Amino acid sequence: MNGGDILSLLTVFVLSAFVGFEVIAKVPSTLHTPLMSGTNAIHGVVLVGAMLILGTAHGTTQIVLGFVAVVLATLNVVGGFVVTDRMLEMFKVRKPAKAEAESASTVAHSSEGGPK
Amino acid sequence: MSLGTGIRLADLIAAICFIFALRGLTGPKTARYGNLLGAGGMALAIAITFATNGLTHFLLIVGAMLIGAVIAVPAARLVKMTAMPQMVAAFNGVGGGAAALIALATFLRAPAGSLAVYEVVEVLLGVVIGCVSFSGSCIAFAKLQELMTGRPVVYPGQQIWNGIVGVAIVGLGVTLCVSTVNWLIAIVVVLALAFGIAFVLPVGGADVPVLISLLNSFTGLAVAASGFVLHSVVLVVAGTLVGASGTLLTQMMSRAMGRSLPNILFSAFGSVITATGGAEGNTTRSVRSASAEDVAILLAYANKVIVVPGYGLAVAQAQHTIRELADLLESRGVQVIYAIHPVAGRMPGHMNVLLAEANVPYEQLKEMDEANPEFQSADVALVVGANDVVNPAAKNDPTSPIYGMPILAVDEARNIVFMKRSMRPGFAGIDNDLLFDPKTTLLFGDAKDSLTKVVAAVKAL
Repeated sequence: MNGGDILSLLTVFVLSAFVGFEVIAKVPSTLHTPLMSGTNAIHGVVLVGAMLILGTAHGTTQIVLGFVAVVLATLNVVGGFVVTDRMLEMFKVRKPAKAEAESASTVAHSSEGGPK
Repeated sequence: MSLGTGIRLADLIAAICFIFALRGLTGPKTARYGNLLGAGGMALAIAITFATNGLTHFLLIVGAMLIGAVIAVPAARLVKMTAMPQMVAAFNGVGGGAAALIALATFLRAPAGSLAVYEVVEVLLGVVIGCVSFSGSCIAFAKLQELMTGRPVVYPGQQIWNGIVGVAIVGLGVTLCVSTVNWLIAIVVVLALAFGIAFVLPVGGADVPVLISLLNSFTGLAVAASGFVLHSVVLVVAGTLVGASGTLLTQMMSRAMGRSLPNILFSAFGSVITATGGAEGNTTRSVRSASAEDVAILLAYANKVIVVPGYGLAVAQAQHTIRELADLLESRGVQVIYAIHPVAGRMPGHMNVLLAEANVPYEQLKEMDEANPEFQSADVALVVGANDVVNPAAKNDPTSPIYGMPILAVDEARNIVFMKRSMRPGFAGIDNDLLFDPKTTLLFGDAKDSLTKVVAAVKAL
């Protein structure tokens, strides 16, 4: 498997924690739900671990555990991204509709586009 | 460049994608792109894993992935927008379950006693957090899907039992670190699953979404723990990113409800309600109900109408009808705005998504701070399927469980129209005094039916 002893993993862990806190410091409440759903999809990376388990499995117990893990993790990653995309699609639908309605005024357009 | 180096480089690129994905998801313009970037990084990380040295069972892996995808895509595509929160809970729970299985499989394949103490700790963290997240998400799903009561479930000695289970898990964990009795891990699994259930049961109604966000960050941590177990950097990075950002997001959500996280998790909402006896009031007081025609007249001759949409509107799929009504009123010269409470719907931002689906113009949506000063000059506040977010008890009654939650100042409007299915209290299970206010008119029925009738009545005027 790929990478690193316990100390370098701990370093990665601590630095990632700081990045995780910093990167979403300011979120409008409108985006709380999509953001939660998006992070939900990202921990679907557990699929990589599940693949490693199933791919190196010996014996029935290991294969069953690995197989179930891959199915569950795939549900997480695929479902997570699709649901998030669906939520965000809704935000997208609004824009062309608005643009049509008031294509005349670029001023109004730029003010409505700003983050809330 | 060796294959191993290539894989690690790909993992690095995937990790960078995840960070930019999170950054993108925090802004309305970049959100969609952020999600796609995350999916791209994920595809890379998964594809490159197939190149791992010594990996076998390719057919089984692909088969399992196909099964997962065949279930997940239709489930995610077809789910109604109103059911989105429980869908997120479900996808979150299976991720936690996968992380727990990874740690468990690794533990079982090592010969008894061959693991160092720190390795057993990594396994235990993965198994325990993963199981708690899995069973907790199942209960959260059941609550939101109304497979079980959405109210808080409390029983005597609850905190003590939880404490005992927690202590037992820690005790077994310590035993596993120093002994070679491997089957004890099975008891750890059972106890962790029980703990997850017990953790979620007392959290009720409106608080469940915040809890899902917390469980989401738990799963992130479980994934990070399984990354430690497998020495996989990309798992540690992605899991920790989610663990950290998810914790912060959970705090933001609970702040939007004006409550602290410990308060949400441990106050057991429900016990307070039964103690103050909210049920006594509504049998003795009377309400004023009216017909759709009355409401139509009230609305059509107003200068300014503020619509307060709630979950009931979403459930009835009435977002298109409310828009039709708003357009109709505007054509008669009535000013219409929508006041969106931060937790309107089931989750922060949920209502904006639903109204966007109906193409409600963005400029008409006002967030709470913007909307509240408008109520004083409003002729009618039209509350459609909302209850708790307009309950003045949050302002006036220190004994109320929702005391301190910021609410929409509907009570300042000249007239209030409630569209409700029944006199049943809202999601949080608390009576609303506003329903008994003399300036309040009630229109009973399904939000969509009522709105359709009102639209017809306005047209007929």
